[in-house]
Amino acid sequence: MNQAAMLESHAQKQPREGRMWRRPLIHYLVSYRRNWRGTAISGFLVPLMFLGVMGYLLGPLVDRGTGGGIDGVEYVAFVAPGLLAAQAMQAAVGESTFPVLAGIKWRRFYHAMLATPLGVRDIVLGHLVFVTVRIALTSTVFLVVAFALGAIRSPWAVLALPVAVLCGLAFATAVFAYSARQTDGQGFAVLFRFAVMPLFLFSGTFFPMTQLPGWLQPVAWSTPLAHGIDLSRDLSLGTPTATEAMVHVGFMLLWLIAGLALAEWSLRHRMVR
Amino acid sequence: MSAAREPLITARKLTKRFGELVAVDGIDFDVARGEAFGFLGPNGAGKTSAMRMIGCVSPPTAGELRVIGLDPATNGPEIRGRLGVVPQQDTLDDALTVRENIIVYGRYFGLSRATSARRADELLEFAQLTDRAGSVVEPLSGGMKRRLTIARALVNDPEVLLLDEPTTGLDPQARHVLWDRLFRLKRQGVTLVLTTHYMDEAEQLCDRLVVMDAGKIVAEGSPRQLIDAYSTREVLELRFEADDHAPYAPKVSGLAERVEVLPDRLLLYTDDGDGTASAVYDRGLQPLSLLARRSTLEDVFLHLTGRTLVD
Repeated sequence: MNQAAMLESHAQKQPREGRMWRRPLIHYLVSYRRNWRGTAISGFLVPLMFLGVMGYLLGPLVDRGTGGGIDGVEYVAFVAPGLLAAQAMQAAVGESTFPVLAGIKWRRFYHAMLATPLGVRDIVLGHLVFVTVRIALTSTVFLVVAFALGAIRSPWAVLALPVAVLCGLAFATAVFAYSARQTDGQGFAVLFRFAVMPLFLFSGTFFPMTQLPGWLQPVAWSTPLAHGIDLSRDLSLGTPTATEAMVHVGFMLLWLIAGLALAEWSLRHRMVR
Repeated sequence: MSAAREPLITARKLTKRFGELVAVDGIDFDVARGEAFGFLGPNGAGKTSAMRMIGCVSPPTAGELRVIGLDPATNGPEIRGRLGVVPQQDTLDDALTVRENIIVYGRYFGLSRATSARRADELLEFAQLTDRAGSVVEPLSGGMKRRLTIARALVNDPEVLLLDEPTTGLDPQARHVLWDRLFRLKRQGVTLVLTTHYMDEAEQLCDRLVVMDAGKIVAEGSPRQLIDAYSTREVLELRFEADDHAPYAPKVSGLAERVEVLPDRLLLYTDDGDGTASAVYDRGLQPLSLLARRSTLEDVFLHLTGRTLVD
């Protein structure tokens, strides 16, 4: 039977761990195609609602103020790139909390994966690539709508898309590591309340970081969100500088890579016993 | 080459420890190609830990293990690529359809989309799930989910199928359907390795089995051999109107080769159940119920460990 022979040839040699990430990714994409409607409200609509409310209802009040917008920038143009990076973070965290624990504990599909040639690294990388696809989708929709509404001021804004994705991924890896250590969903409530929400509020999404008390500024700059927002805003307003951009990208990459190592270690510790 | 004769799986002094707990305590066994091999034992005997080591998802703490002639420590992915695994707890993706579950799983092995899809259709036929192919998994019955898990585990045409407690939690009819499917696989030459704490399952499915207790193998053989070696041909079960059956044991002494006292009944091991039954009445004993039956693996286990399999 030539089919058996074909299967045989597949069976003989498997790629090294970490090179099979496309295989779990296929699962996530099939699953997303079937279930994306469930995340459409939080993924697509909520960020746009924020843009509408902050940019077009609150914004005119800010613009009429003494500064005339924020440092001369119309408020909607200020807040749009902030929301772009912030929604990327939220989507990335969302995809790296409950779905990860589902793979470990509730639906247990990581157990199914590890019973096949796949290794822990393939699972982690497959997850990250899926998160990339997922954030790229929502971020693109957000950017296109913001552009159509006139909230984008420069063609450089095209580069804000990869920046937002990088910002999200920097969170996804660290949060994956955190999720792999959870026994139930309780830790996620803590994460959302005490990390995601404060970051959303204090990383420059809605106002310049200089408004923060001095002691809080270094804290806010220590996570990828402030860097993602600052760089997205520079790009969207057409005011990026090479050195600043490199620092921001470098910082986010550092989180991404450290988080990746931590995520793999945590999941291995949890699953391979 | 004597490759066909060589055991498919060999373990020597295989050990698994979790901190202080010794889950598997230096066991030796061989599984030959084409046989149905079972680990029989109560919960916590170390069956699942042994299975997870064979499945190359749990590294052995000590000892030697070869699966399909390869070392799990260095060739894990290759070995797993040639195994089919049916875990104790379902790991299906409830949100996908029956067919999608198999296709997606086929892709884990590196099968192409076309091959996975074709295998899925063949396997759905085999698992008698063709008419449910397009339904989402979540509302399926336990028996259907088990059949899907088995179908899925066959997507890579495995040489060995590992089944951990394949029918636990299923109703009798669903169990028989499942056993029938497993018989078919065996006839097709698939090697089956399974764990169970049901003695009827072990008797139905296994050519050969090892009895495990507290991480050790306490006996090995075919179901028939084990019964012959560790039990009598028949067993007479006596129930009395009492909360404690121990006081009745002396009253039946001498009537059987061996007497086991359980909380709710006495087991008299004898080669002639009916003869022993009349001897019980001759002594003037008035049991509430009295049942002569053949010995089973349950009796073997009771004899070897002093405990019952299912508590």
